[in-house]
Amino acid sequence: MAADDDEDFVYFGSALDPLEGDESTKNPVPLHEQTVRDEKGRYKRFHGAFTGGFSAGYFNSVGSKEGWTPSTFVSSRQQKADKQVFNPEHFMDEEDLEEHGIAPKGITTTDEFASKAKDKIWERSQALASLVAPIPGASILDDLIAPAKITIGVQLLRKMGWKEGQGLGPRVKRKLRRQQPETGVKVYGCSLPDEGSDGSQEEEDEYQPENVTFAPKDVVVVDFTSKDDRNGLGYSGIDPRRALFGASRQDSSNIFNTDSDRASSLLGDIQPSVGRKLGISGQAFGVGALEQEDDDIYARDTLSQYDTVLREEEPEDGLYGWTAPQQYKNTKGSIPHAGSIGKMLAGFCLGSKSAKPKKVYGPPDLPRDYRPVHYFRPVVVPGTVSTIVAQALDASTGQHGTETGPRGRHQLNATQRRQLLGETALQGPSSVFELLTVKDKERLQQEAVSRKLPVQSQAPASEKPSDSQLPALGARLTSSSEFKPFLKNPEKQKRYEEYVEKLNSGQSSALASCLDPNMTEWEREREQYEFSRAAMLYRSTSASLSSRFTRAMVSDDKDTVEVIEQQESDVNDQEAAVKMKMFGRLTRDKFEWHPEKLLCKRFNVPDPYPGSTKSGLLKVKRDKYSVFNFLNVHTAPEPQKMESKTETIKHTRALKPPESRRPSRWDVSAEDKEKGLTDHASGLIGSDSTGETSLTQHTEKEVHQGSETETVELEDTEGEGKRPSMDLFKAIFTSSSEEKSSSSSSEEDEGEDTSEVDPAPGGLVSVQSGPPNPPADLQPVKELDDGRPQSVQCSPENPKGGEEFGPQLPPALCFGNTKPSPDDTVVSPVTRCKWLEEGSSGTAQHKGKPKKKHKDRKEKKAKKEKKKKHKKHKHKSKLRGRKQKDNESSSGDSESEQSDGASDHTDPQSVSDTNLLMRLKVLPLVRR
Amino acid sequence: KVNCVQFNEESTVIVSGSIDTSVRCWDCRSRTSEPIQILNEAKDGISSVKVSDHEILSGSVDGRIRRYDLRMGQLFADFIGSPITSVCFSKDSQCTLISSLDSTLRLLDKETGELLGEYTGHRNTDCKLDCCFNESDTHVVSGSEDGLVYFWDLIEGSCTLTLPVGKGVVQSLSYHPTQCCLLTATEDTVQLWGDDSEEATTQTPS
Repeated sequence: MAADDDEDFVYFGSALDPLEGDESTKNPVPLHEQTVRDEKGRYKRFHGAFTGGFSAGYFNSVGSKEGWTPSTFVSSRQQKADKQVFNPEHFMDEEDLEEHGIAPKGITTTDEFASKAKDKIWERSQALASLVAPIPGASILDDLIAPAKITIGVQLLRKMGWKEGQGLGPRVKRKLRRQQPETGVKVYGCSLPDEGSDGSQEEEDEYQPENVTFAPKDVVVVDFTSKDDRNGLGYSGIDPRRALFGASRQDSSNIFNTDSDRASSLLGDIQPSVGRKLGISGQAFGVGALEQEDDDIYARDTLSQYDTVLREEEPEDGLYGWTAPQQYKNTKGSIPHAGSIGKMLAGFCLGSKSAKPKKVYGPPDLPRDYRPVHYFRPVVVPGTVSTIVAQALDASTGQHGTETGPRGRHQLNATQRRQLLGETALQGPSSVFELLTVKDKERLQQEAVSRKLPVQSQAPASEKPSDSQLPALGARLTSSSEFKPFLKNPEKQKRYEEYVEKLNSGQSSALASCLDPNMTEWEREREQYEFSRAAMLYRSTSASLSSRFTRAMVSDDKDTVEVIEQQESDVNDQEAAVKMKMFGRLTRDKFEWHPEKLLCKRFNVPDPYPGSTKSGLLKVKRDKYSVFNFLNVHTAPEPQKMESKTETIKHTRALKPPESRRPSRWDVSAEDKEKGLTDHASGLIGSDSTGETSLTQHTEKEVHQGSETETVELEDTEGEGKRPSMDLFKAIFTSSSEEKSSSSSSEEDEGEDTSEVDPAPGGLVSVQSGPPNPPADLQPVKELDDGRPQSVQCSPENPKGGEEFGPQLPPALCFGNTKPSPDDTVVSPVTRCKWLEEGSSGTAQHKGKPKKKHKDRKEKKAKKEKKKKHKKHKHKSKLRGRKQKDNESSSGDSESEQSDGASDHTDPQSVSDTNLLMRLKVLPLVRR
Repeated sequence: KVNCVQFNEESTVIVSGSIDTSVRCWDCRSRTSEPIQILNEAKDGISSVKVSDHEILSGSVDGRIRRYDLRMGQLFADFIGSPITSVCFSKDSQCTLISSLDSTLRLLDKETGELLGEYTGHRNTDCKLDCCFNESDTHVVSGSEDGLVYFWDLIEGSCTLTLPVGKGVVQSLSYHPTQCCLLTATEDTVQLWGDDSEEATTQTPS
């Protein structure tokens, strides 16, 4: 049967599994079997109070299986231990960091970003709003979509010390406020119910200090929303909350309770107050122990409590219990029936015109081509940009960049605004000073001067420290056309230009006159300062340069100068060298000289510079700022480069005199030979010369004795030969990256500086040992006597015969007499004088001067030797080379002295060159 | 005013030195009035010019001798100090002899400029006197203002001989390039001094 019945039914969906017999539902796990496991499935034993009573750590101990490992602390001088900062998190385990731990690590919305904290008042106002809203409960949406941020008003209030839940206004004493209701002031409208202050009532029991004030109670703002709907006065839809929560307590008519009732309830006490219940209440939740009201715990909402029929229960007047106030009662009878609306209430009358619906203003219409994107317009300074660019900009922006454009109100100054508005300047005193009487001004001025305070408008003389320099500066100022320090402010620029112009014309009070009289004193002062600074600083570069430099011979745009490549060396040096009879390197200048091609051709000589088109001395276009302009490198190879070592060895073996300190010149054997020659010659020539030569030999011997000690030292130095210092070449030619070499070269330079002055010991000693020779002193004097009479004779003739220059031709040719004729003097006065000087004083100097020099040198040397010593090891080889040179020079000195003495007349020692010697060897000495 | 002139070896160029501080090389083969080259490095008048096969030696009153080496294309200037009156190459072209107004003749090495010898004893303070070597470069000869011709030994620098030529200044002298023959010019006479027994053939300019 049942099966048949089944067939008749149509099934929808799938059937549940039929219950299997009487099988009861799963028994709950008995308590003793219930276990707590951690996230990994391990058992957790209930243990103690911490961590919710379960075990922690490693088997309830600390740390790990190995136990607790103390952290190591190592700190050494090299490695300072980091200061460890422990946060609370360091002492937490993972559980603490979980969601429900002490410090949850999960990402949650913080308070700041959380939707608004539940706020009683806010809720209330929301409820109110929801009541009024066209759709009841629509404000729920607002609830959901809450602004994340608090409004600026609330922020401001908070800043002012307001806290949520407090009212606004001055703080009140609690007592006073409490008394307010007792004064019997009538509260109209939606006054706060008294229960509202119940929170504070509890506090009142506490002791209140007298001068403690409290914030006023918060007040719910009365919502003055206009009524534009057709609902009845005070009608609102069903409040869902009311419907849910309040229903259980209130009677069934609650659903349709009056608005006033609702409103008051809303305003007053949503929160559970004494004797009221809120929230879902019902049987299922039981009765709390604290619940006082338990009368209708088990009350049931029976249908009998509801009206089943909508009946007219109001009295016959149709006013539903409305009683108009007394004064309106008399008009009761004259109540007209208002059609569809029904009876009018007493005290009300029908409105004559219907209320206009609330007008809503729409947003302003946007321009059609409006784009809600802001772009920045580039500012184009006229002149700086080419017209094309300017045009392009123009096209793109639709506005020329150069146009000043509407500027913000605050970017304009008063005068600019005035111009824009087309106003005229205010006529009035521009500064306070103009209001003062003359006397006062003077007084002020004096005061200012005495205090050294600058009074700008009054005393231009005392205004700026720079002002005194300005007139002088003005001449140097070019017209400021090329520079515009105040380009941004065209007016200012104009003033500045005016100022510069005046300054140029030499007006000392230029500043004061060209400033804007409408500016304030302070502005003026500033501008004055700016102008003077600008005038000082912003000079054109050419002007500033021309103030420092004289005009260049070569125009500036070329960066090369034509210089004669090699300069002649200093004449003074050469003169000194000549005096010391040190011809050769010192007196020689070498230039590159380009002979004319034709000249070469005529001389039958190949052109030395076939490629060059120049002729004469080489004029080199040099980089103006090249370092090589200042480097005076002697590139000329030293003449005695080829000096063989054998010679020096020979020389050392023979322990030769200081004259031979120039190994380049002197050969021992050659000297011997020469001596032999001299002897021979003296024998031949006559007794006079032999006497002299013997004298020289004598002095030589003396010198030998003195210098014998030095020769050992000299041997060292000579061994090194004459290399030009390699470091110099290195410094020049090796790559500059070799800092070492360059630095050493610089060191060397220093060394050269020092060493150039100090003579080698050998030279010194020789000077000391060389005694002044009586014949030496006498000899030049004798010579002088020879020369003098004639020079004296001739000197008076000089002024007459000034036309001719150069050595005079012998008069004999012209006049046939032996005396030089006055007309024929060839010598220019200048040179004549020079000769005279040389004749008279030159010999005297020979005696005194070099000696003095040597003394100086000695002193210098004493100083510099010390300096040099520590460097010696480093540049030993170099030093040696230098020593050699020093030796040469000093030996030259000594030589010259000696030659002054001994060998002035016949000086075999000074005839010293390998070439000559070689020639001498070769030459057959033929005598006539 | 031209102080001195000199042909080059091939007589194709005349080199002149003048008081306008310039040495000018004149082309003998062309008729141009322009010099080939002007060497105006001197600071004062040129007193003496000598030309060798490839060199021009000039002495200047500014106290320098300048040797223009055409082959090397270089100019060597040696500072002597006092005004140069005469310059002279040695026969082997290794040395230069310079006489200057400090009554000194100096023998300089041509290449290095070093002083090889000094010859004094004569008097030369005012006039432009000549100096020269003898034919074999063994002696240096110079005129003097005291009417003598001085002979110095080249090497030892001692005065070997004084030759009384006249009373006036022996202004110019010249030695025969190969023979032992000296030509001197004094006052109004030019004298040729021969080899044997110092016989002088005197020619008086009429």
